[in-house]
Amino acid sequence: MNKPRFATVWLGGCSGCHMSFLDMDEWLFELAELVDVVHSPIVDVKEFPDGVDITLVEGAVANEDNVEVARIVRSRSRIVVAFGDCAVSTNVTGMRNPLGDPQSILERVYIQGPDRDGVIPAAEGIVPPLLPEVLPLHKVVPVDYYMPGCPPTAAEIRRAVETLIAGRLGHIVTEDLRRG
Amino acid sequence: MSEVVVIDPVTRIEGHAKITLALDGDGRVADARFHVTEFRGFEEFCRGRPVWEMPSLTARTCGICPVSHLLASAKTGDAIMGVTIPPAAVKLRRLVNLGQIIQSHSLSFFHLSAPDLLLGMDADPTARNIFGLMAAEPELARRGIRLRSFGQSVIEAIAGRKVHSPGIVPGGIASPLSEETRDGLRARLPEAQATITDALTLFTGLLDRFHREVRAFGSFPSLHMGLANPAGTWEHYDGHLRVVDAGGAVVVEGIAPADYRTIIGEAGRHDSYLKSPYFKPLVDDGDDPDAGAYRVGPLARLNVCTTMGVPTADDALAEFRERAGGTANSSFFYHYARLIEILAATEHLAALLDDPSITDSRVRAHAGINHVHAVGASEAPRGTLFHEYTVDDHGILTDVNMIIATGQNNLAMNATILQIAREWIDGPTIPEGVLNRVEAGIRAFDPCLSCSTHALGRLPMVVELVDAAGATIDQFRRD
Ligand code: SF4
Repeated sequence: MNKPRFATVWLGGCSGCHMSFLDMDEWLFELAELVDVVHSPIVDVKEFPDGVDITLVEGAVANEDNVEVARIVRSRSRIVVAFGDCAVSTNVTGMRNPLGDPQSILERVYIQGPDRDGVIPAAEGIVPPLLPEVLPLHKVVPVDYYMPGCPPTAAEIRRAVETLIAGRLGHIVTEDLRRG
Repeated sequence: MSEVVVIDPVTRIEGHAKITLALDGDGRVADARFHVTEFRGFEEFCRGRPVWEMPSLTARTCGICPVSHLLASAKTGDAIMGVTIPPAAVKLRRLVNLGQIIQSHSLSFFHLSAPDLLLGMDADPTARNIFGLMAAEPELARRGIRLRSFGQSVIEAIAGRKVHSPGIVPGGIASPLSEETRDGLRARLPEAQATITDALTLFTGLLDRFHREVRAFGSFPSLHMGLANPAGTWEHYDGHLRVVDAGGAVVVEGIAPADYRTIIGEAGRHDSYLKSPYFKPLVDDGDDPDAGAYRVGPLARLNVCTTMGVPTADDALAEFRERAGGTANSSFFYHYARLIEILAATEHLAALLDDPSITDSRVRAHAGINHVHAVGASEAPRGTLFHEYTVDDHGILTDVNMIIATGQNNLAMNATILQIAREWIDGPTIPEGVLNRVEAGIRAFDPCLSCSTHALGRLPMVVELVDAAGATIDQFRRD
């Protein structure tokens, strides 16, 4: 039987969830036996591939690039997991939401902020425009499972990944992903 | 006809950083730009938060170096309270920063750069990653993973968690270090030291293969800035700012981090969310801020110090200087400097763990708001990090400025990719291997994903040849 195809992606987050993933340390050798890691910011050069079985998505949806990635990931993944609090609920990434219109935030940071050459970054095709409001992943695409934590610990991630690989999905939410 | 080459993460998927190269009419590289494409707005939404919350909140800037933000923020909090924190708390904060240097530099070397260095810049791109390294060099990969894990364990032992630890607070440290935990860390030190010693030997053995990279990976004169203590010893937690020039002459000495604005300005850019800090004394109004480019991080710290403060790392520093011909001005040597810093960190860590007062129970000072403005700095793995807060009488933030380490290398990173592109690109046909080298030039700086550049691992790339009217002439995808 072919190994499950596994991926991780990173949207508007701090990479802490990915660092916690790496904190699985030597278990990564076992993971490499269990799955093919076909895409990840730490692994691969490829465009997000077709036919992925399990994808962990770190981060909230904060700009137009993130939306595009989320849609591609969803359309090419069998199971999508909101990985960490930013993906689940926007968390710290969403703390700009109460400040309102991102344009006025950008003005303060990039026009009034610098000592010189103040300009709002906007090069087309280079700098993606911010969404009016940072969104949790499930507001943009359907999500199958949620893994809370900021970040989830390595032990929690391992348990979740093992469970997903084994296909014992019903256990995840009730038992294995309990926080704390 | 001029052309613009966009090196872009595939369909902007990992779209946190991009590179554009502009070619002139003869197909030669006229300019290279590095673009950061993510913005989260910490300086804005931190206004209105209590100063006590700031370490935990700003740690979420970055999952790779949360400890740097915890420290810079807690130190700003100390200064706002006007307290001198207990000696054991200073030692524990130093320990935790050493743990972070070990884990972050290990990640950069073993997980991210070793695939290029060991499997080759031109190796099969699908295997040129940590999993490829695990398959090709399992022992080395395992040791690298364990070294990073050791650094993470130091952080967890002192501050409570591996990522986003709650234990570093304004006034000191939340809870003391137990003897049992200390002994557990001590027991793992010999393995860590053996791993880093072997990695250094491996790296210096490889250097001969990388002559061209040493010469053309961002090898240019620039200023170097870092913290140093008054004796000139390598510093990562306290000390003052020291700036040296490309020949090692001291340009600035003894500036308190709180006065960083006297030497550092920030310039905006229309094509990046990353501002460009520059060295103010070299840039007159109307000048290009490039004239004030300086470098921070491992390379700069080794250039500004006179000694690492520990014997084995000092031997390594002497060899480093010999190989670099004095002050190291090639950005390729960032890798080398990183390994020497891991070695130094293990030695400093050993000394701190042997200090009987490290388990002292008094680790936290308490006070209210005694000052309304303060600056705190620490040496993050990637360079000097500054937090500057203004608070009201209740400790609620009214203004925040953060100068991020990677940002300070922004101008130097641009100069580096320009140099690499000019060295390897000859005419409008871009060789495939050049793409990885351009990336590797950025990777040498180990730009922090989330603090600034968001480019962990390799950037998947699409190169587009675009004519002056914006039409795509040719496209090259590297997968
Ligand atoms: S959930 Fe926490 S650790 Fe994960 S990306 Fe968000 S802030 Fe970082």
